[in-house]
Amino acid sequence: MENKLTVSLSPHLHSHNSISRSMWNVIIALIPALAVAIWTFGVDALWVIAVSVCACMLTEWLIERFMFHRPCTLMNGSAIITGLLLAFNLPSILPWWMVVVGAVVAIGIGKMSFGGLGCNIWNPALVGRVFLLISFPAAMTTWPAGVSSGLVHMSGASGADATTGATLLATLNESNGEIGMSSVDFMDMAIGHMNGSLGEVGSIAILIGLVYMLITKVITWHIPVSMIGSAALFSWAFGGNPLLDVFAGGLLLGAVFMATDYVTSPMTKAGQLIYGFMIGFITIVIRRYGSYPEGVSFAILLMNSFTPIINRYCHPTLFGRRRK
Amino acid sequence: MKLKTFRKGGIHPAPSKLTSGMPIVEIGVSSEIRLELAESIGVPARCIVKPGQSVSAGEMIAEAAAFVSAPVHSPVAGTVKRIEKLRDPQGFWREAVVIATEHIETAVDEAEEALSPRTQDEVDALTPKEIIDIVGNAGVVGLGGATFPTRVKLSIPEGKKAEVVILNGAECEPFLTCDEVLMCGYPDRIVAGCRLIMKAVGVDRAIIGIEANKPQAIAAFRRLLKGCDDISVQPLKMKYPQGGEKQLIYALTGKEVPEGGLPVDAGAVVDNVATAYAVYDAIYNRKPLTQRVVTVTGPHLKKPGNYLVKIGTTISSIIEAAGGLPEDTGKVIAGGPMMGKAMSRLDAPTTKAISGILVLPESMSKRRSEEPCIRCAKCVSVCPMGLEPYQMMNLSIAKRFEDITKLHVMSCLECGSCSYVCPSHRPLLDYIRYAKQEIRKMPKK
Repeated sequence: MENKLTVSLSPHLHSHNSISRSMWNVIIALIPALAVAIWTFGVDALWVIAVSVCACMLTEWLIERFMFHRPCTLMNGSAIITGLLLAFNLPSILPWWMVVVGAVVAIGIGKMSFGGLGCNIWNPALVGRVFLLISFPAAMTTWPAGVSSGLVHMSGASGADATTGATLLATLNESNGEIGMSSVDFMDMAIGHMNGSLGEVGSIAILIGLVYMLITKVITWHIPVSMIGSAALFSWAFGGNPLLDVFAGGLLLGAVFMATDYVTSPMTKAGQLIYGFMIGFITIVIRRYGSYPEGVSFAILLMNSFTPIINRYCHPTLFGRRRK
Repeated sequence: MKLKTFRKGGIHPAPSKLTSGMPIVEIGVSSEIRLELAESIGVPARCIVKPGQSVSAGEMIAEAAAFVSAPVHSPVAGTVKRIEKLRDPQGFWREAVVIATEHIETAVDEAEEALSPRTQDEVDALTPKEIIDIVGNAGVVGLGGATFPTRVKLSIPEGKKAEVVILNGAECEPFLTCDEVLMCGYPDRIVAGCRLIMKAVGVDRAIIGIEANKPQAIAAFRRLLKGCDDISVQPLKMKYPQGGEKQLIYALTGKEVPEGGLPVDAGAVVDNVATAYAVYDAIYNRKPLTQRVVTVTGPHLKKPGNYLVKIGTTISSIIEAAGGLPEDTGKVIAGGPMMGKAMSRLDAPTTKAISGILVLPESMSKRRSEEPCIRCAKCVSVCPMGLEPYQMMNLSIAKRFEDITKLHVMSCLECGSCSYVCPSHRPLLDYIRYAKQEIRKMPKK
């Protein structure tokens, strides 16, 4: 018996938390937004999501199998999340091969080129999305016709073509303030019955996902709250409508699911607050002064780049340093 | 009412207090008692007996060899058989004295008879210096697991001033209940011990901190201390490591022990409730520390319980008394599951450090394989000392010990919260310990 005893250093208990548990909880949190996407955009949405997820998983498997020679890690769910989030950032009518290109870039360049899970600097799904946005700007901003643009009626909105569809933020950006707030259908905006990328439209669904992740302690409130708060603050400071900036575009999706990515966000609470605050600020600056109607993706990628520096300078307060 | 607690970090492991409320059961004396000389932190005691010599119960067999050192006493009357090196529970060689017990059946009574208790008047007449000396000569050490000689703790360094005595009854380690049963059974003795400690360090205020999952212990002290304003009982939130010395001081007084400082730098003297009991025994009953309550527990153990064990009894005979090792045993731990040490052999003797013997089944014994760090920051948020375990592990792997020092690695209290929460099952604390060890070896600047 003596020789059979396991000897290891303490602690001898574990919380049973694991990478796959965290990841599958994120996937569960994504389900409401997924449902809204399918409800709003129909089978097209399902098709884009399926292609994206499968392409991400296949890319990861091929690279791990034939380049890294490592055991398969698909079941931890991280490739599935990248696939889902990439799809959530795409229009439902994007050609399927473009989705595949985005997935290969997201996993191949965004994640595996740095060494795989835990090693990447930028959010893989956003790397894929921005690659597509720069490579295929037209396709990436072509929205399905027949989906509400989030406006109650089209009076005075000559730029918005009823047959091609447009997102609310793009319409407002082009109208140069001609369209008043009164014409925005906030009900449609809240439930997600409007045009945009797959996952960004269902505000309430995304918030349900946020609540789920907070309850299961997958994430803490610091990044989403500071990011949404600062976006609302600067939207108001720059004379915009905070409600619109927060709910109409991809800000919520970014704040809840993209900026909170473990690997690419800072480690300390103070660092996370700075990071979220800066993403909110940069997003609004891009929306107001840039040529893109959206800015969340760029803002997050930019702050991802700053994460190592934030980690270097933001340390937790050492116990014993704040002596009363 | 909002329960007091420490501010930063902490985790909530399942309490698993299987032996809560079970009475203290005395287990029989073995025919052979083996006493390690290194029964405290610091320098091992110096042996003062020779083979063949007969010793009485409570007789000192090894004296303190330095300031930070504690004497060792024989728990039984008997004959010194050998002085030899034997393996401790972790498998290290330790100097030890082996005593053959006489009259196994009556050994306990003999030990009781040998003593003539001090009267209250005699106790009241003792000066602080005398109390400290008696406690020191009785071999009393911190019974929370650190075995710091209590004499040293009670000797307040020149120029420092204690303001409050804190009795640690938090018992935040899962599974362990040895302090709980002691508090429920002998609150009067613990309070008497507490008053002696207060007198020794010259303070007139004490707080007994107890985690809220021990309502009976809290009630027992409340009944006893009704109308007393020198000692108070403070229920604490259930959170690990509530019983960490610095965490407890913060929870009860709101003061932080400065980095690298001692509790007395925050005006506190902290002793475990079991230590206070041992102080009581040493002063009132003239009894040296030769036995302690050990929680013997485990999910599959037949007779888990709180056993009164003579120091020097072999671990295996204690486990026998608790129903024997279950078939599926995978790991046996000296202490609790969070900070206890896994044992490699069970023929080793009990020491003053062993507060519990935890028998874990095979299914709970193995670590999961390590995965890459996903930088989830959970280790940072649970660290009660405000450290960054993930970074310290990375630097430790790279052997960049100078850089780890800058991250205040020496502040780590090794509570294990970081390894406990890590979703990637990374052995964070292992590497932190390694770094601390290497840094201690480095020449001091």
